[in-house]
Parts: sequence; structure tokens; C-alpha cells
Amino acid sequence: MERLSEIADRFLTQAPACDYWTLRLVEEDFDHLEVRQGVVEPSRLASVLGAMVTLVKGGGIGYGATSDISPAGLRAATRRAADWAEVHSRLGLFDADIFPRSSTRADYRTPIQEAWVSMSVSDKLDLLQAANRALRLDERIVDWSAWLSRRRVAQLLVTGDGGRVSQVWDFVHPGLVAVANAGSQTQRRHGAGADWAQQGGLERVAAVRLLEEAPRVASEALTLLDSPECPQDIRDLILLPSQMVLQVHESIGHPLELDRILGDERNYAGTSFVTPGMFGRYRYGSELLNVTFDPTVPLELVSGVTDDEGTPARREYLIRDGILERPLGGPLSQARAGLPGTASTRASGWDRPPIDRMGNINLEPGEGNLADLIAQVERGVLMDTNRSWSIDDSRNKFQFGCELGRLIEDGELRGLVRNPGYRGISATFWRSLHGVGGLETLEVRGVRNCGKGEPNQSVYVGHAAPPCLFRDVSVFGGGE
Amino acid sequence: MNADAFFTLADRLNARLTGAEVLFCGMSSEVSDFVRLNRNRIRQAGHVHSAALALTLIEGTRQVEGSCDLSGEPSHDLTRAQQLLSSLRGRLRHVPADPYLDYCREPDESWRRCGDRAPDPAEAIGSLVQAAAGMDLVGIWASGDIGEGVASSVGHRHWHESASFNLDWSCHLEADKAVKGAYSGFQWNPEVMRQRVEAMREGIGLMARPARTIEPGRYRAYLAPSALNELMDLLSWGGFDLKSHRTSQTPLLRMARGERAFAPGVGIHEEHERGLVAGFTPEGFRIPPRVTLVEGGGFSGCLVDARAGKEYGEVVNAASGSPSSLGLDNGTLETGNVLGLLDTGLWIGNLWYCNWSDPNDCRVTGMTRFGTYWVERGEIVSPVRVMRFDDSLYHLLGDRLEGLTRERELILSAQTYEGRSTDSALLPGILVSGIDLTL
Repeated sequence: MERLSEIADRFLTQAPACDYWTLRLVEEDFDHLEVRQGVVEPSRLASVLGAMVTLVKGGGIGYGATSDISPAGLRAATRRAADWAEVHSRLGLFDADIFPRSSTRADYRTPIQEAWVSMSVSDKLDLLQAANRALRLDERIVDWSAWLSRRRVAQLLVTGDGGRVSQVWDFVHPGLVAVANAGSQTQRRHGAGADWAQQGGLERVAAVRLLEEAPRVASEALTLLDSPECPQDIRDLILLPSQMVLQVHESIGHPLELDRILGDERNYAGTSFVTPGMFGRYRYGSELLNVTFDPTVPLELVSGVTDDEGTPARREYLIRDGILERPLGGPLSQARAGLPGTASTRASGWDRPPIDRMGNINLEPGEGNLADLIAQVERGVLMDTNRSWSIDDSRNKFQFGCELGRLIEDGELRGLVRNPGYRGISATFWRSLHGVGGLETLEVRGVRNCGKGEPNQSVYVGHAAPPCLFRDVSVFGGGE
Repeated sequence: MNADAFFTLADRLNARLTGAEVLFCGMSSEVSDFVRLNRNRIRQAGHVHSAALALTLIEGTRQVEGSCDLSGEPSHDLTRAQQLLSSLRGRLRHVPADPYLDYCREPDESWRRCGDRAPDPAEAIGSLVQAAAGMDLVGIWASGDIGEGVASSVGHRHWHESASFNLDWSCHLEADKAVKGAYSGFQWNPEVMRQRVEAMREGIGLMARPARTIEPGRYRAYLAPSALNELMDLLSWGGFDLKSHRTSQTPLLRMARGERAFAPGVGIHEEHERGLVAGFTPEGFRIPPRVTLVEGGGFSGCLVDARAGKEYGEVVNAASGSPSSLGLDNGTLETGNVLGLLDTGLWIGNLWYCNWSDPNDCRVTGMTRFGTYWVERGEIVSPVRVMRFDDSLYHLLGDRLEGLTRERELILSAQTYEGRSTDSALLPGILVSGIDLTL
């Protein structure tokens, strides 16, 4: 952050003459270690450093991004932003005077218990080798891998109104995968953090039980090989948090994004079945459905103090008791739509302008544990760990697949079923929500590959959810 | 960053190597303008100047990889690159021998440029907005220079650069009633853009008809090249890379084992001869002009990157296991006769959000999107509300494939996740006796 502060201070001495400007500096560091089939893959170190200048002038707005963070480089980026602001002032969708201004001054830093460097590279590789040995249960495991990645993102936002927000996010991502094959049937299981990401340091390795989970991951992949296909039927469905993450993401998070509702994304990511008139009255789901935008949950992927335009982060209800309350979108989209919103205008890096994104979108817990949910099911399927996702451009008709299914009969879990999937329509699916697990079942997770935007942007998104029970869902298995 | 600046930087790094060290340098640079449009007005417009250096440091049988952003200012960039090199040296001490390390041992040079000069983006956007007056146009303009290079202490000097534009847009009537357009390439011609915009006005006219809701079931269909491109994009996810095949993870596993096949007329190739992507790998290998992946409907070969090639004893023929210049052989159907041949069924202009429903059986799910119509007795009757399909490519490209069009369409990727993509696909349309719609 010290380097970013120096760059920002230099920029302040040459701040552009305009109505409003921001400078967003981003520095990222990556480290990736992986052992596959007992062989150490090439270690990868990466560093990223660049700047985005946003400039508002004469009713127009323009963006200039550069990896040249010298004074001359930032001056050139500012000129480019000014050129585009001039074009925008003539051909823009809106008068840039409604662009949000920030004078917020705040700091955020991920609390870390164990620093990435507190463990030597050799010890990390030894750990991954041990996990590899534990994954190779028999010769039907045809591919297997364990990894450990670190990402640090330091961002400094300074603004023409005196705003200054520094945020440093730390992530350590462990993970495992085992691939089992017999004949023409192949099954994959992931585990130990592969789909369970949070902020934090090396303490994440113990939290996700990297070594301890390996035998279970491999054993389940093997068992799935000989399991029957998931039945094709209308049944009750219990989704574990590892799949609820995707369900919330695709059929609540995306449809509520204001830029979709405003039409910005219609050429690529799509629009939304949600329209402005629905807020405050539309029944999105059963009364058990409560969904929040919550950037304050400790260690959740997108927790922080502001979004990327300097809007202070605050918890908001999006859906309360099943009724739609508020969309996802920053002050610019709020002004365009005449609706309230959230502090969730974010960019994937220094080279992309912020757009409306999800932050942490959480399904609030209900009551009881997983056994209580299972006990309510006479004939159903439990599904675990997303493996396939597809939804229409209005975020309505979806089909999701999971790595593992388990039959439920007369309130008890039965055997595994392979290639489980289910289909539904967002506008009606959430109304079949019949059970929501309690606080003790809540898992704080997220996804690390949420893509949208033109030019394209991929960002982290946090999701916390308990297991949930849905009535009468169309489920199916594999095969042609 | 241009070729000379990159090669000079690589030479300076090579001069700092010690002992038996070998260094491969890679460069990805971009000077781009992006303009996104909504309602035929500018939503966001900006400029990106970026350059990223990738280093692979090798000593004997050990290797480590790293990357960093560069500014374009030589002395500053040398300092950053030296810092990265120093970090890699520190890491190299801790990694064991890599049995799958491979790189080209022969010095080699190449240089290629596509396009002379990208058009002025502000001028192009101005003429687009004027041409599309009164239309609800949404989309993205991307243009500028892209450079990619590889240099090594072995003696490699490869460079590929292009100056191009990519206008990817759709015009909307209401809700999800819309038609899709694209105009991309290396020579901007405003008249071509105006013609395509006018053609979309006609498409919107068709969209104005009342939309038809169809029930789940199996429907006769024609998939236009853009729709087929979505299926090919998904098939490229594990379909052709050697590692996926050798570890039984490919969705074409049954084909590779001779249990299933596409129709005899289906041939799929990686067509590097198109010359739109770099013709070299990060390890300095040249990429052959053409790799046959599927021939006569059956499995033929894989894309082999340097690491997989070493692991499985195959010759390197690709920079990665995913195609960047895919081509599907044409057939004999005249595109102009497709509606008549379809007779009654679906004319599918685009698909969207495809994913594996069951990769073991090459089964894909996805959605119709943009420009999809119901056809009766060879005439377009009405647009169709979006529908989900769930079907196996062994059917759509196999026993239910009635034919491929004689004409193929070159589709330049509009993807910009890791910078502006240079990928492309050359595809025909396909006529199928049935596609299974499920929702």
C-alpha cells in the first residue's frame, strides 16, 4: 500500500482540471503451488500493477487505464479518459453529472492468523504430496491433484472530492480433486476448499481440512462410478450449501443486478425477469426466503469498507419474508433507475471500469439442522457440490448439475446416485422453498469466477447459505 | 509494447543469466479502446494500455514460472523484470525436478502482422450511432493493437501483432425479443456496418410478430453458424486436449474408444493456417498449420501442448489444449435453401450459456437466444420464446444430423476476459432431424 500511496500522492500534484475524477490503483500478487499425480507442477508467481483514471467533465465521463504508473503514464491515461468524456458528453446514455462522488476515507485489511510466508515452499509441497498420496486410493483414480494458491489484492481509491479508501484483501485457496474412471463412466469430486473460498491466510488449510478430506473425496468419486443414475422424476430436493451458492448466485443475485434491469447487459450477460415495478411488492419466494447484501460478514469473499467507487458498504435486505425489497447496484444505476440499491459497483482489476456486481449475497438462516430437513422428506434427492450451471438470459429457466446425489426415502438418507441434476424457473422455484437450515448449518462460501460485462470482467462473489429444502422439483440423471 | 522493445528487454535479461540457466520470455500487450452501448448511446467508454511479461526460468530439469505488468518505459521495465527473475531464482531452489519440462531446443524466428491500422474508435462509434438511429442497439466496440511474443536465451524471436476491431451488438424490440449482429476484422468499412444495421432492421420486423410458445419435446431444427459456435465452444472444454483424453475426462471419451461417432460428414480441425493467432507456443515450438481432431465422424487426434506432450510422449502441436482456430468441414446444403429443407421446425440463430448436462454422454444443455423462429412449410412464421435444450452431441452431430451448409461463416471471438481474444471459428450451419427441448 505504501507504493500505491506514493503514486497517488504524485497524481494529486497533477490532478486533472475537470468536474470530478477518481484514481483507482490496484496491485495484486499471486502464488500457486500444485502437485498432480505426485509431480510438482510449475510454480507460478505473478504480480499485477496498474491504474484506472475516471474523469467527469462537461456532462461526459471517460475511463483511462494503464500499466504505466509513472507520472507521464498517468497523464496519458488521463488524456485518454478526457477524450472519451468529450465523446460521452455528445453521445452518452446519461448526463454524467449524476455520477456518484465520494469523499469517503476508510481502510480495510483482511484479518490473518497465519501469514502465507510462515510456511516454507518445501513444507507446502510436502503437504500437497501427502494429499496426493491420500487421493490415490486405487488404480481407478485416473487423475488427482492438490493445490494451494495465494492472492493478495491491494487497492487504493483517491477522488477529486478528497476521498481516500485503502483496502487489502488476502486469500488462500486450498483444494483437491479426484477423477475416477471405469469403462466409459468418469466421475469427479472436488473438496477441501476447492469450492469453499473465504478471505484469510494459511489458517484456511486447517479450516478446510486439506489432508483429512482427501480420502473422502477420492472414495466418493469411486463410489459414484457404480452408483445408479439419479432418477428422472418430480421429487423433493435438498441442496447443501455447496450447491445453494450457485442457486442463490444465478437465480437471485444476477436477476437483481440493476444494470441488467436497465438493459446495459442485454447483449452479453443478459437482462432480468425482474422489472422496476416489482420492488416492494413482488413475492420472490416463500416466507422462509430472506436474502441480504452483507459486506460486513467476517472473512466472506467481498467483505470490505466500500465498493470500487467509494460508496460505504452497508448491510441491506434484498428479499425479506419472500418479498422483493431492493436491487443490487451502485449510486449511478440507482439514479438512472430511481430505485434504492447497494454499495456494489466493482471492477475485476485496474483495467476495467466498475459495473454493478454482486458483493456478498447471503441467504439468511432459518431453524433446525440438516437432519431436521431430511426428516421432512418422504421421497427426494440431496445434492452436493455444483458441477454444471446454465440459465437463460432473463435468469429464469435454469438447469444445474451436481457432483453427488443421495436418495432420501421416508425421512432418511439412502444410497448415492450419480450425475444428478435439476431444472426449474426462478420466478416459481423459490416459492417451493419449504425448509431453511439454522445458523449452525450456515456455510460462508462464494464463487471465484463470476463473469459479466463488456469488456468482460470476472470477479469473486461471496455467498453464505444453509442447506435448503424445496418441494416438487424436476430432477434427472445422466445418459443420452 | 512493440517487438523491438520486447526483444531488447529479453536480451538484457538473458545477459543476466548465470550458469546453466535458460530463460523464456513471453509478452502480451494491448492498446485498446472499449465502448459499450445501450439504447444506441454510450454507456461506458475507455482506453486500456497494458503490457504483461511472462518468464519461465529453467535450470537443468527444474522450472518455475512468473509474470508481471510492464509500463513500456525501458529502464523501469528492466528493473521490474529483474525483480521477477530474482524471485524466480529464489523459488527454483525449492522445487524438485520436473519430468514434464519441455521446450524447443532449436533457435527460431518468426514475425507476422494482421491488419494495418485500427479505425478511429470515436469516428466509428459516431457513424454507428447515426446508422442505428431509432433502434435499441446494445453492445460493445473493441479496437486497437494486440502484440504477443516469445523470446528465449536459446535463441527464439517470435512476434505476432494485429490491429483489429470487433463490434458485437444486438438490437432489441422488447424484453428478450432481439436480433444479433457482429462486424469484426482488420479493415473497417462504414458502408458494411450500415448494411448490417439495415439488415437488422428487417430482422426486428420479424421479431415484431407475436411470439410463439412451444412445448418441450423433440423438434426439427436448423442451427445457424453462431448457434453451432456455442456448441463448439463447449466441446472445446476438454473435448480435444490430450490430457483430458488420457485421463478419461474428455466428453468425447466414448468416441475415442470407438463406442460412438459423429456423422461421417463431420470433420473438425484446428486451422492455424488461418493465421489469426500466434503461430508459436510459450516454449518456442512452431504450431503446425492444421491439426485434424475429428475425421469422418470419428476421433482422429488431440491438441498437444508442450507439457502434455512430454508427459504422454506426443509431438507438440498447440499452445494449449483448447482450440483457438477451430474449423468444421462444410457440407452440401445451400444456405439459401435451408428454410425449405427445414420445412417445419425451429430456425435457431444463437444459443446461450451451454454447459455439460452429462459429459459422459457428450450431453449438453443450453438456451435459445436472439433470432430464433418457428418455421412452417419453409416460411418464417413467428419468433419463439426462449427454450432450454438438453441433448447429446452424438445425436446433433451424429444420427440426427441431416446436413451441413456449403457456406461457412468466420466468427471472430468477442471475448475480452484475459485481454482481447484472437480466437476464431469457421463454421457451417447444421440441419438436424430433432433437438430435445426440455423447459
